[in-house]
Parts: sequence; structure tokens; C-alpha cells
Amino acid sequence: EKDKEDESEEEDSCSQQNRSARRKNNQSKNSSGKKAGENGSCQREKGKKSPTKDQKESENKEKQTNKERKEGANKQKAGRKNSTTSASSNSSDQESLSEEELAVLMEQVEQKKKLISTMRNKPWRMVKKLSVLREAQAFVEKFEGAMGKGKGKKLYAYKIMMAKKWAKFKRDFDNFKTQCIPWEMKIKEVESHFGSSVASYFIFLRWMYGVNLVLFGLIFGLVIIPEVLMGMPYGSMPRKTVPRAEQATAMDFAVLWDFEGYIKYSALFYGYYNNQRTIGWLKYRLPMAYFMVGISVFGYSLMVVIRSMARNANESTADGDDDNFIFSWKMFTSWDYLIGNPETADNKFASITTSFKESILDEQESNKDENIHLRRFLRVLANVLIICCLCGSGYLIYFVVKRSQTFSKMQNVGWYERNEVEIVMSLLGMFCPPLFETIAALENYHPRIGLKWQLGRIFALFLGNLYTFLLALMDDVNEKLAEEDAVKNITYWTLLGHHNSSDGNGSTVTPPPIDPADVPRGPCWETSVGIEFVRLTVSDILVTYITILVGDFIRACFVRFANYCWCWDLEAGFPSYSEFDISGNVLGLVFNQGMIWMGSFYAPGLVGINVLRLLTSMYFQCWAVMSSNVPHERVFKASKSNNFYMGLLLLILFLSLLPVAYTIMSLPPSFDCGPFSGKKRMYEVIQETIELDFPVFVAKIFSCVANPGLIIPAILLMVLAIYYLNAVAEAYQRANADLKKKIQMQRQEEKNKRNNKASTNPMLQDLEELLTPKTNSERHPKQAEDKKTESPNRTSPVGKQGKAAPLPGSPMPGGRGAAFTPPPHVFVTQPPPLGVWAPYPGQPMPRGHPLGPLPGRGRGQPHY
Amino acid sequence: QDCTFFTRKEILRLHGRYYEMAPNVVPMDYTKDPDVKLPMQLIINMPELKENPFKERIVESFSEGGEGSLSFNDFVDMFSVLSEMAPRELKAIYAFKIYDFNTDNFICKSDLEQTLNKLTREELTAEEITLVCEKVIEEADMDGDGKLGFADFENMISKAPDFLSTFHIRI
Repeated sequence: EKDKEDESEEEDSCSQQNRSARRKNNQSKNSSGKKAGENGSCQREKGKKSPTKDQKESENKEKQTNKERKEGANKQKAGRKNSTTSASSNSSDQESLSEEELAVLMEQVEQKKKLISTMRNKPWRMVKKLSVLREAQAFVEKFEGAMGKGKGKKLYAYKIMMAKKWAKFKRDFDNFKTQCIPWEMKIKEVESHFGSSVASYFIFLRWMYGVNLVLFGLIFGLVIIPEVLMGMPYGSMPRKTVPRAEQATAMDFAVLWDFEGYIKYSALFYGYYNNQRTIGWLKYRLPMAYFMVGISVFGYSLMVVIRSMARNANESTADGDDDNFIFSWKMFTSWDYLIGNPETADNKFASITTSFKESILDEQESNKDENIHLRRFLRVLANVLIICCLCGSGYLIYFVVKRSQTFSKMQNVGWYERNEVEIVMSLLGMFCPPLFETIAALENYHPRIGLKWQLGRIFALFLGNLYTFLLALMDDVNEKLAEEDAVKNITYWTLLGHHNSSDGNGSTVTPPPIDPADVPRGPCWETSVGIEFVRLTVSDILVTYITILVGDFIRACFVRFANYCWCWDLEAGFPSYSEFDISGNVLGLVFNQGMIWMGSFYAPGLVGINVLRLLTSMYFQCWAVMSSNVPHERVFKASKSNNFYMGLLLLILFLSLLPVAYTIMSLPPSFDCGPFSGKKRMYEVIQETIELDFPVFVAKIFSCVANPGLIIPAILLMVLAIYYLNAVAEAYQRANADLKKKIQMQRQEEKNKRNNKASTNPMLQDLEELLTPKTNSERHPKQAEDKKTESPNRTSPVGKQGKAAPLPGSPMPGGRGAAFTPPPHVFVTQPPPLGVWAPYPGQPMPRGHPLGPLPGRGRGQPHY
Repeated sequence: QDCTFFTRKEILRLHGRYYEMAPNVVPMDYTKDPDVKLPMQLIINMPELKENPFKERIVESFSEGGEGSLSFNDFVDMFSVLSEMAPRELKAIYAFKIYDFNTDNFICKSDLEQTLNKLTREELTAEEITLVCEKVIEEADMDGDGKLGFADFENMISKAPDFLSTFHIRI
């Protein structure tokens, strides 16, 4: 069915082409003839003859045989130099092919090609577009092959063919690519209900999902899968085995849920990896790969974020920020054509009306703000309150984390004690944003600015929480490091003791190895950090989903169904339906991503969890927003906030890079777990690789490059370059502003002049009045042309000449266009059928002359 | 594809939508090139257009005869212009057509008043409307003829920050 439709569609355009081609059979001949004629007229000026020849042959080329042509030529008696087509199709004429004609033809082909590529930008009727397109394609096809000469011809044809194939492939690929963009329809649906600001969240979510998929591919493909396939199997060594004491409960769900037991000793966490330099028959250097992937996760994310920021910035440079057109813009661009939902439309109407009223008020009494002091006071108050909240939450988290450390030393702690940190953080994340929103209501900002403030505040909250958490974690890590030293000794002594005992038995056989489960081991702080992050992520996911379920869905259900038997109107009154909280959701996403970035070094499996999370939350949130949220009361556009999100993301990326870089550069890795065990610092893996696997001179080069004497000047240079570029950008900006000012002044001047004219110089005004009708009448033909585009008798080149020029420009060229166009109309009125031409070759002559008003000129062949 | 900003799949989907509106009139099979037009009433009831205050104008300015009935070609053309990929200039041309209510190729005061009434559902008072219209003309009219020609309009719209993001319909 679908295929059939496909076909029909395909044929649809074809048939239309055919029809139009049929209908335009004459015209197209005529038109290309005219084209050739134009060329011919140029040639004539140069003393060359035979525009008619040119024209005729270009049309008949396909159908008529050489002989016929020659006959026609003979009849015509015109000592034709050559016709481009005959030259190209007829190799005997080749020597007479002149360079410039070739160039002319080439130019024509190029023109047509350009026309094809810009076709979609032309404001023509579809029918016309189709016919012009088909014609241009035919033209290009016909003449393209004729371009090359002699032996270069085949190569040229081949090149053209390949180019065509390539274009086709590219188009197919593009089609495929757009098909692959997921959730297009879903987002569109949301957009039509809630406006572009809510949709921008979902687009951001989709983008995030793409980035995470790439990270996931990197980590899984280069770290986890090689380790699982080629590394030592589970249970073969202490770090890959559950300790004896935990083995009894290692498979319990409660334990697994805390990411202890078997999960802790799996490839999901840092501790599982071995410090063997190469693994498997591929000699895969896993520690090296682990390190490089950890770095490239950050590198890739940075690159992607910055690139998309730059692209957004490029797109938004067109925004003029001059406020000359307040009302015009409100008038013509305030309606969001995407809106397709009655409620949203109602809101939009209301908001447009209020915004008009506001600006009218502004206009009427500019800047008469009576209670500016009150407003200022309220804003300061709001900020003070929010800072108090932030400090409070920071302290709370610090307190909780400290307490959790004491809990962790005790045995038999309950579920709540173990998860206290996560619960408190999630609760803070749940309750603080609404609190901020309530406080922000005091400030009375425009919603777009309000959104930014809100975002900034919640961001500060999250960031504060995250960093408090990190600091507490650092304390923890330091403690663990101290503990590790002790364990190291114990392990050493145990192993030694084992050997001694076997020696003591006097047996010469090698001692039976200790079971890996029995070896005492260190706390492995990397894994525990990873576990913290995974736990935090999972609890974050759960809290988000539960909030949506309870806060949105249950509330919506309650409001909807309890409304029948309640004493006040629930829908309009207090609980009502919830709005989609853009700022909170965006920040949740950004913050979550920050944790992923930080945690993925210690828990490679974290990215996998995150991919799952994003996938489910796309569907879940789409459903929730459609089922239980109402559009915002004040619909506003999120045109510029995209870069704001990206900026937040960049900031958090940088901030999450810091702790990871710190641990890599300055903390010793655990001695008995992870790919870097046994080294003093993690980055030593690079030095090792350079020393062992690269030739000596490379090592030398590296040591030279790493010399501070080189690095400091390089950094200086970079700073200077940044300074320079910044200065240049500033200068450009100033120039830009100057130009803008100039334009404005000019405009003002013009206006003044006009006003002066109107008041002081009645004579000039009269003159103007005389002039204006004329210009108007000149304009009208051009506009009439617009309307006439569909008229079937028009030829396409006319359209090209007449319309391509005047429309995009100012009305001035319109007048010129009108002046030029009439002659073609004359030609259109007498389209001679093809067959008639050949016998009377003289007739087409005047037609080939665009300005030629003398029909008799053609018959004056004896002249030549 | 060369004529629009759509991919093949999108054109097919558009055809599906077009067909849906009047299954008994629109043929599935376009090979015979039927000359079918759908009246404006059907088209402005599409969910994408239903809430748009300018729906009649949109359909009219894309219809071949100017009276509002669209052939499938016009239909595709309409959504092509309103798609995200269409360039600003093209959109500006059609936006001008849409806001030019009396099709005299100028946006004059009466056009502005009608636009404003549609935008605000006639909730502004007469004085407010005249004030706004005067303001608009004063802001955007460069050549001082008391109405906006296309050049004025384009100049104004090309600087508008939101024009591209709002003047499109996803389908």
C-alpha cells in the first residue's frame, strides 16, 4: 500500500511534468530559443550571424537528424559559423567550435543548475516551479554531456555522471537521516500543545540522549567489552571475587540494590579492572585504554557542547537588538504559528493582548514607575531569602554526609541511615525549586527573565549540594587512604605468613594458593566513590519519576475526578493542574549529566544507566506532560534560552572535570584494585606506555614538551591570543554598533527631511505627488506579474528575468523589471509550432532578438 | 524535492493528510494528474491551522486563484514555505502576502487594523488600535507613503528576532 502510494507520488510529479511539458511544449522551445537568441544577439553585435541557427538547432537537436539540419542550414544560406549544439553533437564541426560559445553554453548550464538548486527558494506557484524545474533539468541533461571536447569528453561525461550519482546518494542519505531523527512527531505534538518553550526541553533531552549514546559506545566498546571478553574471568583474582565474609548475602536483592555484593565486584565499577599491561591475544592495553577513554569522554563532551553553542550563537547573530520596531514586531511576529491547541491559543491571545496593552501604557507614560522602591526592596528581600535557603541546604548536606560517615562505621544500620544522603539531596531538589518560585513571585520579572533567574538559583542550589557532597566524599576518601596503608601491611604479612607456613611444613611443593576470596583487601576508594555516584543517580531517577507520578498525575486525577463533589472549584481554584516546570527539568537533566561525567571514570557502567534513564524519561515525560499538565498561563517563546542551557551544561562539565582531574593527578590509586593499581599516580600509565612502547626519541620529545619551561610560555601565548581575539571581537562589535547608529541617524534624517518637505515645501510635495502615481503604476505591472505566475502561457525565462530580480529587492528594480518584461510577452503571444520553423527559417529571427521591435529584420537576410 | 524543503517521506505524509481531509474527492493515485482542489473550509480545519487567527489569509495567499481552494501542489507549497528550512526571504514574501488583507500589495492601515483585531480578538479599544497602527506605520514606513510596501516590510521583518521561530508550522 505504502509502496504503491510511493509510486503514485513519484509518478504524480512525473505526470505533472508531462502534462506541463506537453502544455508547454511550444513555450519551452520558444524559451530556450529565446535564450539562444539572446546569446545570438550578443554575437550579432560582435559581427557574428546566425542567432536563428543557434536557436533552431538547440531545439531540434534531439529529434532531427543531422541531414535535416544541414538542409535547413543550406536553405537558410546563412554562413553559419557554428551552432553550439551541432558542434557538440557533431564531431565534424568540432574545429569550428569557438571558445567563447562554449563558455556561453557553459554559463547557461551553470545558470540552470543554479536555478535547480535555488528553486525551492523562489516564491512561485508549484505548477510553475515544477515545469521550470523539469525544463531546466532537461536542458542541463541535454547540454551537460556536450561540454567536454575530444578526448576529454568522455572523462567529463563520466565526471558528470558520478556527480549525479553522488547527488542522488546524498539526497537519499539525507532522507534517511531525517527519518532517523527520533521522536520528531512526539515533540511536535508537545510543541503544538505547549508552545516552543516546553518543546525546547524535549529537544534538549533528545540532544542529550545522542551525546550519551556516543559516550556509552566509547566506554562499552573500548573498556567494558574488552575486559569482559579478554580479561581474567570472574573469581580468578581477589579484586574480581566477592570476599568470603560477604558471600552469603552477595546475591540478596537488598544488597544488590545498594550496589554491593556481586554488582560491586563486576565490570560496572573501577575496582574490577586488572592492572595487567596487555590483555588477550590482541595485546590490548587495557589500563591505557581506560585512561584514554576517561579523558576522551570529557574531551568529546566539551567539543560537542562548545560546537553546538557556537552554532546557536551563529544562528542568533541575525537578531537585531535595536528597539525601533517594537510595535511592528509585536504585530507581525508575536503569533506563534506552531500553536494548535485551543487552550494554548487562548492563552496566547490573552498574552498578546496584555503585551500590547503594556507597551501602549509604556508608550503613553514612559517610565513612570511609582513604586520602584517597593519593587527594589522586594527584589533584594527575595535574593536574601534565597541565599538563606542555599546556605541552609548546603549545611544540611554537609551535616548529613558527616553523619553518614559515623553510620558507616557502625554495624547493623537501617535502610534509612544508609541512604540518608541520597534521600536528603533528592528532597532538597524536590522542595527547593518550588520554594524559589514562590519567592520569585515577589520580584515580578518578565517570565523569560524570571526563568533565567530561577534557573540560575536552582543551579546554584544543585551545585552547592554537589560540591558539599564532593567535599564530604573527599574526607571519606582520605580516611580510606589512611586505612589502606594499614591493610596493605596486613595483606603483605598475610601473604608472607602463608608462604612461611608452607615453608615451615617442609614441603618442596609450591604452596597451595590462597583462595582469592580470603585475601584481605583494601577499601578501594575508587569503587566506593563510583558506588556513591551510581546510588545518587538511581535515587535521582526514582525521585524524578515519583514526583511526576504524584505531583502531576495523581494531582491531575484528583483535580479531575474530585471536582464533581468538592466544595470549591478545584480546576480553577487552589490545587488546579500543574504546569510543566521547564527550569526544574532542564536543571535536573544538566545536574544529572554532571554526575554522569564525574562518576563515569569510577563506574564505567554509569553511562549505560543514564542512557536507559534518558530513554525512559523521554517517553514517560512526554506522556505525563500530555496527560496531566496544562499550558503555561503566560506562553512565551524560548528562542534564546537554548544557549543558556548549553552554557549551564558547559559550566557543570567544567566543574565536574575538576574533581576527576584532581583525583587523577594527585591521589594515589588503590593498591589492589583497578587498572592503575601498583602505580603512584594514575597518569603514570601514560609515561609507562611512552617508555615501553614507543621509540626512545618519542619519549625524549615528550619529556621536552612536558618541561615547565615550554608549558608556561605556551599558556602565556594562549592567553595573549585570547586577549587579542577578544579585542578584535570587541572592535567589530563597536563598529557594528556604530553602523547601526549611522543607519538609524540616516533614517531619522530622512524622516525629518520628509517632514520638512511636507511642511515647508509644497511645491516639492506636489512634485512628489506627481511622481508617486507614476512609480506606483510602474510597480503595478510587476505585482501583476506575481499574480500571473500561474498563467499557463507564460514562459519560464520571463519569470526568471522578471521576477528573480525585482522581488527580493526593493521596489526600485521592480520598475526596471517591468520595463524589461514586455518584450517577452510579445513573443509569447505567437508561439509557432515546431514543424513550421524549419521550412521558414527566417521567421524565428526576430523572436530571438529580445529587444528587436523590427519583425522584418529577419527577412532581411540578403543583408548578410 | 527540488521544489520544496521536504523529503520524500514528508511529502508522502502531506499527501496522507491531504487525502484524509476528503477521502472521496482526493484520489490516492496521482498518476493521472487529476485536477482536484479542496475548498478552504476543509483546510482551515486542520489542527495545525485551526487555532491560527490568520488561517483564512494563509490559505488564500497560497491558493492559485486567491479564493482559498488549494490543489495538492499548493498544499505542499504552503507547508514548504512554512517549514523550518525555508529561508527568511521566502518566508517574508509570503508573510507579506498573508498580512496584506486586501491584496493591494501594500499593508495599509486597514490591513493593520484587521491584523490587530485578529491577534487580540478585538479586545482593544478603538483608540488603542489606531494608536498602535500609527506607531507601526511610523516605525516601519521608510519611504513615507503612509503604508508599508514590501521593502518596508522586509526591512522590518529581517531584523525581527522571533520571526523565523514563530513563522513556521511543523507538520
